[in-house]
Amino acid sequence: MLIVISMVTFGIFFVVPQWAGATPEALASRYVGRAATPETVHLVAERLGFNDPVVVQYGRFVKGLFTGAEYDYGAGVEQCPAPCFGYSFISGQPVWPDLVDRLPVTFSLAVGAAIIWVLAGVSVGVISALRRGSFFDRLSMGTALAGVSLPIFFTGMISLVVFSYGLGWTPPGGAWTDFTVNPAQWAFNLLLPWITLAFLFAAGYARLTRAGMLETMGEDYIRTARAKGLREGKVVVKHGLRAALTPILTLFGIDFGLLIGGAVLTETTYTLPGLGQFAILAIRNQDLPQVMGVVLVAAGFVVVASLIVDLLYAVVDPRVRLS
Amino acid sequence: MSFLDVKDLKIHFPTDDGLVKSVDGLSFGVERGKTLGIVGESGSGKSVTSLGVLGLHKGGRARISGEIWLDGEELNGASAEHVRRLRGKKMAMIFQDPLSSMHPYYTVGHQIMEAYRIHNDVSKQVARKHAIDMLGRVGIPEPAGRVDSYPHEFSGGMRQRAMIAMALSCDPELLIADEPTTALDVTVQAQILDLMRDLQREFNSALIVITHDLGVVAELSDDILVMYGGKCVEYGSADDIFYRPEHPYTWGLLGSMPRLDREPTERLLPIKGSPPSLINVPQGCAFHPRCPYAERTGGKALTEVPALAETEGGHLVRCHMSRSERQGLWENEIKPVLEIQ
Repeated sequence: MLIVISMVTFGIFFVVPQWAGATPEALASRYVGRAATPETVHLVAERLGFNDPVVVQYGRFVKGLFTGAEYDYGAGVEQCPAPCFGYSFISGQPVWPDLVDRLPVTFSLAVGAAIIWVLAGVSVGVISALRRGSFFDRLSMGTALAGVSLPIFFTGMISLVVFSYGLGWTPPGGAWTDFTVNPAQWAFNLLLPWITLAFLFAAGYARLTRAGMLETMGEDYIRTARAKGLREGKVVVKHGLRAALTPILTLFGIDFGLLIGGAVLTETTYTLPGLGQFAILAIRNQDLPQVMGVVLVAAGFVVVASLIVDLLYAVVDPRVRLS
Repeated sequence: MSFLDVKDLKIHFPTDDGLVKSVDGLSFGVERGKTLGIVGESGSGKSVTSLGVLGLHKGGRARISGEIWLDGEELNGASAEHVRRLRGKKMAMIFQDPLSSMHPYYTVGHQIMEAYRIHNDVSKQVARKHAIDMLGRVGIPEPAGRVDSYPHEFSGGMRQRAMIAMALSCDPELLIADEPTTALDVTVQAQILDLMRDLQREFNSALIVITHDLGVVAELSDDILVMYGGKCVEYGSADDIFYRPEHPYTWGLLGSMPRLDREPTERLLPIKGSPPSLINVPQGCAFHPRCPYAERTGGKALTEVPALAETEGGHLVRCHMSRSERQGLWENEIKPVLEIQ
């Protein structure tokens, strides 16, 4: 899976431009700037291996990811330690350390939001299902509809206008404190992005949970659980929700993986220095190695998240274990 | 008063289409160690009755009236929480389809342990031993090895045995079995019925068997209640129902029962028509649209609901025809066709 993704991204970013007529020199010129002489450009293209066959270039790229790479720039050899995603066109800095710097921000954002949206979405969904047709059900499902429909930059902007600029409760975006420095400040700064992001996702979870619970609460085994004399709360959570959990887990795996790969809109709205913002900047600057790095890391997270979800299936549903 | 005494039980469900009178004035009783069979077609209100006795309609949309006395205690007026505490401990239920009635995500042992631990404050180890013990008692081989299996790893008959083990885990004094063998193979059916009879003797519990299959109640019951359209149409001892039935609906049920002692080429005698809608129960006798003898009552069957009247020795019949007329029909027209000795 990851191999396919690395091939595709490599293909899109390096092979396709060459097929489309871009010479090795044209690629190399992105590294050296406008002032360079044709000789310099040619030399750089040679040293970066742009003249080699595509397969060799790809092999070197993958090797760089696992064992690091060495670049001979004439006056010496530049070590690019593994995992080597290459060097930024713009800053000339290796891509990987930049990614690692951004990762905690995105990770904090995604984990916090995920906890809020799962708790909120699932509990709202359960209550809605149990009180189907009630005022609470209609209100929450209406809100959920709004939640899935409203884009994050809209709800995000509204939240900033109201809570940061209007009421002055929360910092007006761009505030980031590392968890290890001050956990309270970390949580406080992220509160607004968390809630906004969670609102978007919780909506889908509430609807999914409601639908699942409506189905499972009508099952025969729920009647059996009640006939045993089990308390209604336990009937709902242990027997009803447990059975409705599988599709929620599936959705969560996909959502969470995608989110770690870059909560692009949220990070842009709140100017958080995470992977999403990094990706936007890289794309704007046409900084191919950086874009590739983000894409690969994001793809990696999606794969890892779905793998974890697959393993969790077996925990949740014993029927999966056998087959 | 019997151990379980149900008096004038009515369970109605308001729906958008009208009031569904699933159970409409039902009275019956069961003693400890005795078995009552409740027989009727789908939609006659059998299952609703059993769930009503267990208090499983409480808190729902159902309108319940009447009295349910269990061991001298009235349950219909009692709080839902009080009835919940009795459920599983004093009264338990075995359901029709053991595959859908057991939770697919928990082991059989877990589900039996859960039932036991709701009503008994014991450790998991003790409950587990009890679960293994119960599985052994219902005839599951190697219970210690099967206790951690999931329901889908059991065969149909084994699942129903496990279901019975779960229902019996707290020694209930009243056991209601709702179509306990319908989902099973014929050979397994007989085993399960034997098992239930043995266990009832062992536990001396009152047993209610709900079924559409007269063969099942013939095997188990002391008394039989025949239900039609939410009402009792005939009630009597098993002998009354099988050898001296007086209601045309009971005759119909007997005629539609496959029998091993008849020629296989003979056709069954199904009851014509289909069960009544419980929203628009037919005027007069609910059975009159399907009753071949309705015109004998001189139009009364179309306008007047017949009373449930005692003929003799606790045998109750709800029919407009006179007793001698019914007995004459049975002796001369029905019995010869059914060839009941």
